[in-house]
Parts: sequence; C-alpha cells; structure tokens
Amino acid sequence: MKASHMTQTPKITAHNLNFYYGKVKALDSISIDFNLNQVTALIGPSGCGKSTFLRCLNRMNDLITGIRVEGEIKIDDQDIYAPAVDVVNLRRRIGMVFQKPNPFPKTIFENVAYGLKVNGVTDKNLIAERVEKSIRQAALWEEVKERLHDSALGLSGGQQQRLCIARALAVEPEVLLMDEPCSALDPIATQKIEELIHTLKETYTIIIVTHNMQQAARTSDVTAFFYMGKLIEAGETDTIFTKPAKRRTEEYITGRFG
Amino acid sequence: MNVKVSAINIDGMKNPEERYLQEIRREKAPDPTGPISESESQTASSLENRKQQKPLFFNKKRTLLQHLFFNLFRSAAMVNALALFIILYFMIANGWRAISIDFLTQPPREMMTQGGILPCIVGTLCLSLGAFLISFPIGVSSAIYLQEYASEGALVRAIRLGISNLAGVPSVVFGLFGLSFFVTYLKMGVSILAGALTLALMSLPVIIGATEEALKSVPATYREASLGLGATKLQTILRVVLPAAAPGILTGGILGISRTAGETAPIMFTAAVFFSPNLPRSIFDEVMALPYHIYVLATAGTEIEVTRPLQYGTALVLISLVLGMNLIAILFRARLRKKMRR
Repeated sequence: MKASHMTQTPKITAHNLNFYYGKVKALDSISIDFNLNQVTALIGPSGCGKSTFLRCLNRMNDLITGIRVEGEIKIDDQDIYAPAVDVVNLRRRIGMVFQKPNPFPKTIFENVAYGLKVNGVTDKNLIAERVEKSIRQAALWEEVKERLHDSALGLSGGQQQRLCIARALAVEPEVLLMDEPCSALDPIATQKIEELIHTLKETYTIIIVTHNMQQAARTSDVTAFFYMGKLIEAGETDTIFTKPAKRRTEEYITGRFG
Repeated sequence: MNVKVSAINIDGMKNPEERYLQEIRREKAPDPTGPISESESQTASSLENRKQQKPLFFNKKRTLLQHLFFNLFRSAAMVNALALFIILYFMIANGWRAISIDFLTQPPREMMTQGGILPCIVGTLCLSLGAFLISFPIGVSSAIYLQEYASEGALVRAIRLGISNLAGVPSVVFGLFGLSFFVTYLKMGVSILAGALTLALMSLPVIIGATEEALKSVPATYREASLGLGATKLQTILRVVLPAAAPGILTGGILGISRTAGETAPIMFTAAVFFSPNLPRSIFDEVMALPYHIYVLATAGTEIEVTRPLQYGTALVLISLVLGMNLIAILFRARLRKKMRR
C-alpha cells in the first residue's frame, strides 16, 4: 500500500522494497514516503522489520553478509541502491542514532569531532565551532562544557545518548534515523531526548523506531505500523492513534498483542 | 525457604574458606541436629521444617561440593604463581652473587669462566627487538585482514590452518628451517637478521591470536557508529577499532617478545655464536645471546662446575630482562586503558 499524507515533497521514498536475510524475507513490498521536516515513527512488535527497514535507509544492512534488497529507495529522487552510489557519502547525509548509547572511548570533544575529521575537515577553528554548535543542538552543552576533554564514557546513559545525537548532527546530515534511541534510558533522559526530537525536526527529517506507543504519539507527525515484515498502515499520528483504518493496528495500539 | 537456601549460598560465596572449614568440622564430628537446628530456629513452623529437611540435607552436600571444587580450582591456579616464585627463588639464591656492574658491562674472559655477559645482553636485545619489528606489523596486519575483512572461504581456512600449525612447530625445527632458508639459501649467514626472522616466524601465531581476540572484543556498535558518520572502513579500523583494541594487541606483542627472548633452539643455528668478544655492528653480524650462553656454559664449557654461578647469574639476567619487558608493557597497557576510560 502507498501511504501518502499532506501535500509536501517527500524527502525519502521507498517503493516496493523487499529485503531478505538469506532465504528469509524480512520486508515485503514496503512503500512509504517520508516528508521533509517531519518526524515519522515506525512502530510494531519485535521482529516486524521496522529496524531492518530503518537500516535499509542508510544501507547499514550492507554490513551483514547474505542480505538481498529488491525495489528502490530514493532520497531526493536519487536511488540509494544504484551501483554508482557512494555508500560512505550516503551515510554522511543520513545520520543514525542507535539503540544503546555508543560513544567512542575518546573524549567528549573527539567524539563529536570524529565525523568532521573523517570527512576531511582539518580547520581546527571550524571543528571547535561545529562541535560546540552540535553539542548545543543536542541540549548537552551546559552539562559538558567544563569537561569537553574528559572521556565520553564518564557521562550518564542519557548524556551519552545526547552526545551520540550531537556526534551525528556534527556532520550536518539531512535525515536522522533513530533506532529506539530511548530504550536504554530512564524516563527523565527519555523526556530530554523527546524534547530534542521536537526541536530538531525544524532542521531535519527524522525517522524513529520505537516500542513505546506514548513516545510515538508524543513525538511524531506520521506513524507507520509494521507487522510481520509488512507495512500495515501509515498516516498522520493523530489518525493512527484515534481511528486506525486496520484492525491489526488498533489491536496493537490498544495493547491486545505485541 | 528458597530465600534461605540462596542466603546460605551467598554467605558461602562471601567467605568460602570459613564456610568450608565449618563444613569439615561438621563432617568430622557428625551432629545431625547441628545445621538443621540452626535453620529450625528461623523457620516459622516445625511441621513445615520437617518437610524441608530432605532438600536441606541435599543442599548441604551440594554446598560442600561447591567448596571442594572452589578450593581445587584455586589450588590449581596457585600452582602457577608458586612455580614462578620457586624459579625466581632458585635463580636469585644461586645467581645474585654473580651479578655486578662488571658482569653486566664486560665481555667474558678466560674461556668464559670469568668476566661479564654484555655481548649476550646486547645480542638478545637485538634479536628480540628485531623479531618484534618484523612480526608485530605482519601479525597485526594479518589479524586485521582475518577479523575485519575476510569472509569465511577456502583462502581464509588455509590461512588459519597455516597459523595454527605454525604455532605447533617445535622450536628446533624453526632453527633448522632458519638455517637452511635464511642462512644458507638467502645467504644471510649466521646473523642477527637471520635469527630475528626465524624468531619472528615463531612469534607470529601468538601475536595474530592475541590481536584477533582484541579485535573481536571491540563492540560492533563502535564500527556501526563510525560507518554511520560517513567514515570509510579503513578510517573506522585505524581510528576507532585499533585504538580500542590497542591494549589487547599490546599484550600479544609482549607475549611474542617474551617468547622470543628466551628461545635457544631457533637461534643456535641462525644467529648465536659460542663466543664473540665484540658487540655487533650491523644486522649481518653474528651475536652472543643469553639463552644460548647459558646452554653453552652448562653443557659445553671447559669448567662446567666452576661456571655454575655465572650460569645462574646469566639466567637471572635473562629472566629479569623478560620480566622487565613485560612489566614495562603492562604499565604502558594500563596507561592506555586508563586514558581511554577517563
């Protein structure tokens, strides 16, 4: 099914996407659009394919051997699975925040500067400037400005996750993928990240995988419900949560299974 | 009841020794009411307690078995430390009299029955350092290939088979190989280069093994995070994976060096000579080496009994050298780890 909502130009379009782990079909003809400056939440029970789908968007699945992708994903009308695509550059354009905070065992500064350095930025002033900007964007500056050159591993889980967001923002991506970014965090840290998502959507197109219904309802403009590798339903979050079109969606949202 | 059983176990883990002794005492003077009455006082109803008597008895036996094996494992582990301690004690007790400034800074004199061992110390340092400089880059690169790039296939299986068999080759065979290949075929002659190459081959499996383990222990999430930021695979390996694995890789290096410094058989045909009063001037010179010197003094000298103290002294120097190198590397590793944490 095709989920179209609002009259915006889509930033990312997936069309008839099939995905296989070896012989197992994990995604079955997924078609969905992601609009510019919107937050889309991908929900569904464990193993429904939402994380797999997310990882197709920046070709992170390429790291796994024995996978196969059919169909197309376009970003700004460019097919990201076309042979000529530079995957490294693609991943710079599409930032990712992972389930568990995964800062490098380096200083806070070095963590955020890393993406710039590997992308060839050598101007120290520019790096310092961008590092500060990114950490501020991630609402972490006040907490770490005194100890930028301490190890990132000394931060709390919530701070680490915001650092990972800052690290992703530093390379100025266009899209931000978040794979259950709050699942390892306490409620207060979760709230901070959610507020952050709200601010960030002014600049970025955000796609977030979450197991938390309230989080999806609170943070997203559009919600897509995945079940057994299929996209069951996608639409405006309010509609999905108040009057979903499919029975499965309603059952999942109301907690009858999942 | 469950809670109480686990409480006993926790108690046992806290202080296994005391617990064990207590159990032994009970075994020696069996008092059937002893342990049970203890728990009886804690149990609400004695009727319930009687139902629980049997499992309690079995638990006691199991606890005893736990402590028995705990002590068995611990004793086994302690044998290691004890062995090193005894070796050190023997070396120091018999060798310390031979150690002096002259011993460390003079060449041997009077058919090696007098004088020092400076050429041997220098020779061993040259050989170990040479072997390390050759095997460390090759070993680490091989491990990176195997762990980060290669996917399972015929080539990788062949490489792995080669490495594990290399580890099993006896050291004297390495010596003979070095003689026929490096010394004779490649015309290096008996030299530091030939010896270092032979030792390098020997230490390769150790370095590869340790490096692979270190790379394996780097969380996949570091690699994902790096690639997700638009780093190439090479950048990810050089800037994230290797620094995170550095302490473990270093350990491999230490093990490699320690192994080469003490080897006798691989160098006796390729690098070491019986006697040479001069220090080596180039990598094509032959050298004296500590382990070979000990072997010579103890088996082929003219005055074996007279040179006993020299033998022990030389052994003491060798063992201190190896332990010293290990210590430096361990301190360096600890600093690396600390730097990463803080």
